[in-house]
Amino acid sequence: MSAYILRRLLTTVPLLIGINLLTFVLFFVINTPEDMARMHLGQKHVTQEGMAKWTHERGYDLPLFYNDQAEGLDALRKTIFVEKSLGLFLFRFGHSDAGRDIGADIRQRMGPSLAIAVPSLIVGLLLDISLALLLVFFRLTYLEVWGAALCIFLMSISTLFYIIGGQFLVGKCLQWVPISGYESGLDAIRFIILPVLIGTFAGVGSGVRWYRTLFLEEIEKDYVRTARAKGLSETRVLMVHVLKNAMIPILTVRSMPLISKISRLSAPWFS
Amino acid sequence: MPQLLPTDVLFFLTIFGLSGLLIYSLGQTHLRRPWQKVFQSAQAMVSLVILIPYLLVAVADSIRFNPASFEGEMATQAASSEPLSLLDLGLQRLRLSVEKTYSAPLAVELHAREMMRLPDGREIWSTPRLRYGGSHLIDPEGERMADLLRRAMKGLLNGALIWLLLSLPLLVFYVLRTGGGRRPLLEIALGQTRFPWRAVLVAALFLAMMVGVLKEWAAVYHVLGTDKVGADVLYQSLKSIRTGILIGTLTTVATLPLSLLLGILAGYFRGWVDDVIQYLYTTLNAIPGVLLIAAAMLVMQASMARHEAAFQSLSLRADVRLLALCLILGLTSWTGLCRLLRAETLKLRDLEYVQAAKVLGVSQPLILFRHILPNVFHLVLIAVALDFSSLVLAEAVLSYVNIGVDPTTESWGNMINTARLEMAREPVVWWSLASAFGFMLGLVLPANLLADTLRDAFDPRRVS
Repeated sequence: MSAYILRRLLTTVPLLIGINLLTFVLFFVINTPEDMARMHLGQKHVTQEGMAKWTHERGYDLPLFYNDQAEGLDALRKTIFVEKSLGLFLFRFGHSDAGRDIGADIRQRMGPSLAIAVPSLIVGLLLDISLALLLVFFRLTYLEVWGAALCIFLMSISTLFYIIGGQFLVGKCLQWVPISGYESGLDAIRFIILPVLIGTFAGVGSGVRWYRTLFLEEIEKDYVRTARAKGLSETRVLMVHVLKNAMIPILTVRSMPLISKISRLSAPWFS
Repeated sequence: MPQLLPTDVLFFLTIFGLSGLLIYSLGQTHLRRPWQKVFQSAQAMVSLVILIPYLLVAVADSIRFNPASFEGEMATQAASSEPLSLLDLGLQRLRLSVEKTYSAPLAVELHAREMMRLPDGREIWSTPRLRYGGSHLIDPEGERMADLLRRAMKGLLNGALIWLLLSLPLLVFYVLRTGGGRRPLLEIALGQTRFPWRAVLVAALFLAMMVGVLKEWAAVYHVLGTDKVGADVLYQSLKSIRTGILIGTLTTVATLPLSLLLGILAGYFRGWVDDVIQYLYTTLNAIPGVLLIAAAMLVMQASMARHEAAFQSLSLRADVRLLALCLILGLTSWTGLCRLLRAETLKLRDLEYVQAAKVLGVSQPLILFRHILPNVFHLVLIAVALDFSSLVLAEAVLSYVNIGVDPTTESWGNMINTARLEMAREPVVWWSLASAFGFMLGLVLPANLLADTLRDAFDPRRVS
């Protein structure tokens, strides 16, 4: 077990290097520093000197991987790759081209992002699983058929409509909570509750459908039939046997979306 | 002389490719049963009835002509030199009847009040009449409702008539094939046929009547209102269909060769090939999709700015950006299918018939092509169908955060993006948002239902 964990941890090293290299290629090789300078200084009125000055000020005029004008180790060190990209491993994020401290920005914004992502993940998980269990409990009835149809309907609606609709209904018509902004401390709840609710509601369709499939797969297995044959009640079979065994795929797959949820949810929200 | 943009060409290639694949798979014996299941499902067939008009609109919007080649009146009407599609020409009236600013659906007056000068010189604070919407009415207050009803009735009748003309030959064909007499018709009426004739016919009737009413109304009104610059919202929504369908299909199809090749290679050869390919898709997967797309779109814009001379025409620039978005979206989404294909190939390579082929000395490329590839077909089909709707939805989110299609391209995401500010206006301008909602739901819901049936039919894990 510990050997496995160690091996998995070690595989993150080439993974991180790969990500670093990929973003580097994207931003500095495909998109050359001259392109950046031109974008920043305006398309039309740009001179060669202006561009050279801009790239020099930000250290973008160095060679990409190998500096043949420097001596010894500096030939590798004085390059864009080492100076701009490798520093990320040491949490040296540097400053953005507009002069903002990126590290401070990340620290400051991580709080609100996590404050929305974590509760919406937990609330969503609980709600989805309960509803899916309910559907499975009433399987082969009209309740399940229409419940499943409702799920498809809900997941056919773009997240944007949940966001705009929620903001309009709760924020503008009812004026219960503010639409945007953030405060630290307990006051944050006022700002968090609407995104969490919307995030949960927007995910209900696909979530319930997915858990329902898992539960239905589990419920056809032999041990469930045995449990029923021994006279256990349907509730007990569902809550103890099926739920516990279905938790294995749920936990392995559902722990991943936390990261993607942070980026996906906050993207439309804070824009 | 038709003028094709890059995405048009690719779109038609995609359609031909997909239909070729479908026709091929319909002839395969082992796929006949799942296909039968799909064709006997009312849910899938009704979805298809709704999806086909969407597809037709997208195709009509992909056949373009250069306005310079028109003669006389048409050439003068086309103000710019941008190519016009078949859809633009068909909806000439909607495209050109531009009002001053916002007007509500089916309205005859502008949405907001403004200062008006009457013929006798007095100035009043009121809503002026529209230039085009309902301009044939003399007394809008009294006539509008009656006019709408009369046109609706006419539209309903027209729709029903067209439906009858289209479905009668089909019905006659069906009755003759099943032996004639009253029995087949009775079976259809009771919904007892194997192919869901009743559901399909009813759905088609509703659709035809709806289109009929829309057509009658759109001839003299702005059915879904007008936006800030007075453009017709119905026209925008119809134009957005092409963008949505294009992103939904092109994205998966463009990266299909990549995921097929890598997935099968990884699963079949294992060893270091597998390691490299797994490393590749794990790395790509580890970067949050939105960030990668945003970065790639920015880089793409920068490189387009560098080669400004190559993109002189506005429509070409928007088109290349749409294509780039498809490719970038594809680059972030091929990993899922690749992983599935790898797992399936791992399973297939140890089966007896593959082992037998190996022992008989069949070359490895041939084994991959003849024995592995046809047997992962169902996964590809399910992936294409399932990805379609999520990609249509993704386009909206990306355009909403301004990293999606070009702002000049009509798309539902762009419509929503501009409409969110209109929700803050007093009184609320809701129709742009509602139209985007309705048209998107009309595409994504049937696509989801169809994908659902396809998955149920083709997924071998489901035995029921």
